[in-house]
Amino acid sequence: MSTATTNSNGRARAGSHTVVAIVEDKPGVLMRVASLFRRRGFNIESLTVGHSEEKGLSRMTILVDGEGAPIEQVEKQLYKLIDVVKVSDLSNEEMIPRELALIKVRANNVNRHELLDIANVFRADVVDIATSSLILQVVGDETKIDGLIKMLEPYGIRELSRTGRIAMVRGAKTTTVHEREPEKIREIHERAGRRVEGRELPFSSD
Amino acid sequence: MVLESLEREGVDTMFGYPGGVVLPLYDTLPQFPGIRHVLVRHEQGAAHMADGYARASGRLGVCLGTSGPGATNLVTGITTSWMDSTPVLALTGNVARTLLGRDGFQEADITGITHSITKHNYLVMQASEIPLAMREAVHIATTGRPGPVLVDIPKDVFQEEAEFYWPEHLSLRGYKPTTEGHDGMIKRAAALIDQAKRPIIIAGHGVIWGEAQKELVELAEKAQIPVITTFLGISGFPENHVLSYGWLGMHGMFYANMAADAADVVIGIGMRFDDRAMGRFKDFNPNAKIVHIDIDPAEIGKNFATAVPIVGDVKRVLPKITDHVQHGVRTDWLRWIDQVREEHPSLHIRESRRMLPQYVVRTLYEETQGNATIVTGVGQHQMWAGQHYFYNKPRQLISSGGLGTMGFELPAAIGAQMALPNEEIWAICGDGSFQMNIQEMAVLVDEGLPVKMAIFNNGYLGMIRQWQQLFYDKNYSSCGITQPDFCKLADAYGIRALRVETKAEVPLAIKEAREYKGPILLDFQIDQEENVWPMVPAGASLAETIEQPAEELAR
Ligand SMILES: Cc1ncc(C[n+]2csc(CCOP(=O)(O)OP(=O)(O)O)c2C)c(N)n1
Ligand SMILES: [Mg+2]
Repeated sequence: MSTATTNSNGRARAGSHTVVAIVEDKPGVLMRVASLFRRRGFNIESLTVGHSEEKGLSRMTILVDGEGAPIEQVEKQLYKLIDVVKVSDLSNEEMIPRELALIKVRANNVNRHELLDIANVFRADVVDIATSSLILQVVGDETKIDGLIKMLEPYGIRELSRTGRIAMVRGAKTTTVHEREPEKIREIHERAGRRVEGRELPFSSD
Repeated sequence: MVLESLEREGVDTMFGYPGGVVLPLYDTLPQFPGIRHVLVRHEQGAAHMADGYARASGRLGVCLGTSGPGATNLVTGITTSWMDSTPVLALTGNVARTLLGRDGFQEADITGITHSITKHNYLVMQASEIPLAMREAVHIATTGRPGPVLVDIPKDVFQEEAEFYWPEHLSLRGYKPTTEGHDGMIKRAAALIDQAKRPIIIAGHGVIWGEAQKELVELAEKAQIPVITTFLGISGFPENHVLSYGWLGMHGMFYANMAADAADVVIGIGMRFDDRAMGRFKDFNPNAKIVHIDIDPAEIGKNFATAVPIVGDVKRVLPKITDHVQHGVRTDWLRWIDQVREEHPSLHIRESRRMLPQYVVRTLYEETQGNATIVTGVGQHQMWAGQHYFYNKPRQLISSGGLGTMGFELPAAIGAQMALPNEEIWAICGDGSFQMNIQEMAVLVDEGLPVKMAIFNNGYLGMIRQWQQLFYDKNYSSCGITQPDFCKLADAYGIRALRVETKAEVPLAIKEAREYKGPILLDFQIDQEENVWPMVPAGASLAETIEQPAEELAR
């Protein structure tokens, strides 16, 4: 499971908060979180979901526009969702924010070297190269990625894909959940949400 | 599996309506004689009945609808429960798993639709998960801040065979309501109360659901704090208590609004500082320090900055505060409110030859000696019922506060009567509101329920007319409403009915209805143009409460 959205300019605005939510890995949980934000009028700048260190739990990193809503309300409302197990606001911690971007930029024999030099400065990797384009992969915080994009714009960016922020607190402190589910309940939950086997076409409903 | 789970949870009544995908469940219903199924006439009725059942008894209410339209018809009722935090389990069937997501006949994405109006919901994809989902659903609905939970089950899951596994202990990592209250905060609250010269308690629905009337009385008496309630908090504090000063808000008592506005410490207990209660937020009593006690942390600080937040179960928190506060003497403050009440009584009913609706409610109060359970619709009649009946026992007033759902009264009264067969239940109905779920009269007959229906027949969507009169230059647009002959209609259902046309007949009709053993409808032809007072105009502050104007008093 992985998804991300960023606002139009893809930039994390000042005053935004990095909220990490550890959620049960169950169907519909992403929709619950997204619909909560919509309903309460909180703005999401980016939202990224993936597995956590614990099986059955996913980790969401949400970049929230702090102007739209008091961050305390965001946290409390998230906690109200049954599938949300833990919420932390990393903004006041020393954290490492990271985002990954793939950038397809126009390139030709004349400027390719220049582009590679720029990529080098930003420690971006060239992951694909063709006669009229190349794809750069860059990892860093939003400012770094914004900086690279700015440098590449004059050459013509053909396609851009950014993951949205993930983040982790420095040092030994963690944002984790230690409570395990009982074996039997876990088994039941793991089966949840799967479609029934069999590929028959829909039958007429009686 | 579903019914067995319900039985294990102690459910003995459910309100439902069949359809294709829930037929497997209906097929097994006869095997569970301990569960009484009430066949409604519209699924909205089922949801309100479950809600009324819950509000009257304090126990879980259960309703059931089929997929698609059955499920969507439940939505208004579920939202009503959501806004007022009542424990309701809504069960729906859905199309078979292979058809889900393919817009099959009568498919509605009811879990998607109800995300924002339920505390939680489930789409159960394996029969083996049914017991766990049901158990979790009931637990979530009934604990912490109660609320509706929906369980959606595809048709073929009902039919699938599986081992029945009933977990002894639930493991909900993301759901652990705080009940105890923080000791440090409790001490701070007590200290703030001790220093206060003009403290006031605003008690909400949470006091009723937390079953904390006794604990509230003890705190109020020890510290000598006057108590006002929210509209939904009515009956949480006995209205015949000397420290009771009515309820506040848009149509609250003048003195209650003034006391809230003049207080130096406001102690909100099991309530959510809603706009209908508090008036314009930014001008609500800027000098008051707020102590807020609620089981839902998200309510604290949502609308107002709070000086002392306490997250916990009111029943556990209040005695701790009572232990810490000192015996208070607040004669000056109480005398001040008494004085305001003397000058602005709000609940005085003027002499009139007309059948004033206030008089009808007051007569009902007197005839029933304040012992009936009152269930209301939404509109002017709802406000009069809140004002002119006096409630001393918790759960005596059942009304849709947060959502303001017209059509609530009849089905909710049916649910209440199912829960409390020996109580006297009066549905105070608006002539408009009643028509929104009028079909449920059939259930009264089916189940032999002695609900008394009092129609406040003013020929108008009265609350709409009042607003149009006051704020839209008497431009009465679409507020006059033609009525069927309610008596004939009741008769058609096989229900006894009386038309009450003059003031003199009011007490007699009420007496007759009380003596009659079955359901009965009284069509009170009340004064058509009476307005509800006092009133805080929409968007005004409590300090701007207006009382009944002289020209209306002269009518
Ligand atoms: C379902 C629904 N639709 C519309 C409204 C808006 N509304 C609030 S009060 C009211 C009039 C109610 O009329 P009636 O039932 O006759 O009661 P009255 O005010 O006359 O006592 C209306 C239309 C509502 N609360 N609920
Ligand atoms: Mg009316």
